[in-house]
Amino acid sequence: MITLDDPLDLPPKPIPLSALFMGFLGIGLRGFGGVLPWARRMIVEERHWLSDAEFTELLSICQILPGPNIANVSVALGARYRGIPGAIACFSGLMTMPLVIVLTLGALYERYGQLPALDPVFHNLGAAAAGLVAATGLKMAAAHWRRPLAVLIAALAFVAVALLQWPLILVVLGLAPLSFILHRQLRQ
Amino acid sequence: MKPDPLADLALHFVLLSLVAVGGANAVVPEMHRLAVDVKGWMTDREFADLFAIANAAPGPNVLIVSLIGFKLAGVSGGLVAIAAMCGPSSILAYSVTRLWQRFRDAPWRKLVQHALAPITIGLVLSSGWVLANAADVSSTGVALTIGTVVLLTGTKLNPLWSLAIAAGLGLVGIS
Repeated sequence: MITLDDPLDLPPKPIPLSALFMGFLGIGLRGFGGVLPWARRMIVEERHWLSDAEFTELLSICQILPGPNIANVSVALGARYRGIPGAIACFSGLMTMPLVIVLTLGALYERYGQLPALDPVFHNLGAAAAGLVAATGLKMAAAHWRRPLAVLIAALAFVAVALLQWPLILVVLGLAPLSFILHRQLRQ
Repeated sequence: MKPDPLADLALHFVLLSLVAVGGANAVVPEMHRLAVDVKGWMTDREFADLFAIANAAPGPNVLIVSLIGFKLAGVSGGLVAIAAMCGPSSILAYSVTRLWQRFRDAPWRKLVQHALAPITIGLVLSSGWVLANAADVSSTGVALTIGTVVLLTGTKLNPLWSLAIAAGLGLVGIS
């Protein structure tokens, strides 16, 4: 079927800008503890904007690109249906409510964050959030730890950024070509 | 003349946007280095608190940048920060997904994926390390961090549970 061969090259069906905006508004609001599962649900299962294969394809491109994956998905999907206005509609739909909520929380923190009663709460939340991120990294590593080259590159990135505290931009700009060349040599 | 801190932040986030392979979690160490160590915009502790707030709120975790901007310059700072962090990467995503058709079968596509994945992993683990160093000043903190890692790698529980437990313990004064 053409759908599977050329997922991103189909003539797009018309979707109003307002629907694009509202669809992503819903994702932003539901995205507690990770946005991607909700994005897939809305785009594939509820609104049928993309097939499962199309969504996976789009996501895999957006994961290679820098920047927040879900923001990249919103831009690419909007662009596919309505060009630049579509991209803006999807992106702003995704960000509006979370921004309002998080900035409100930020304002509350600025005002009440120093209250002694909240001190242990923030202390614990920070510790748990550190664990969330570490767990995410470990889960991602699970798929790669049998590849010695991948382990080496990941270890180099960790040592440079976490332990030596080198500027991350330079580390990525140095490691990315190195990793690419080594992977090509070894065909891993 | 001292540069405007908001312009300074925007410039750094614009650059960071283009190396954020794997999203915002990968560049937390650089945000931390910038905001706490280099510029002194906030303390270690405040950074950890803001990161926790961004995680507890709904939405993509890139929102941490809006809290850093907010701390510097209020609401407009928050908006500038998110625009700087998402702008360049969005333009790139827009252009690349339009051209992608041409590269669909290019052999280097898989290669790029394989080459970048371990860098992302190393960066995300670095983020965990930096955040743990900022937050874990007590044995309860260390236990919560390790407990969260065990809980999330070993079970399919929603991550919010771990934040809820942490907040609950804090409310009764355990920290």
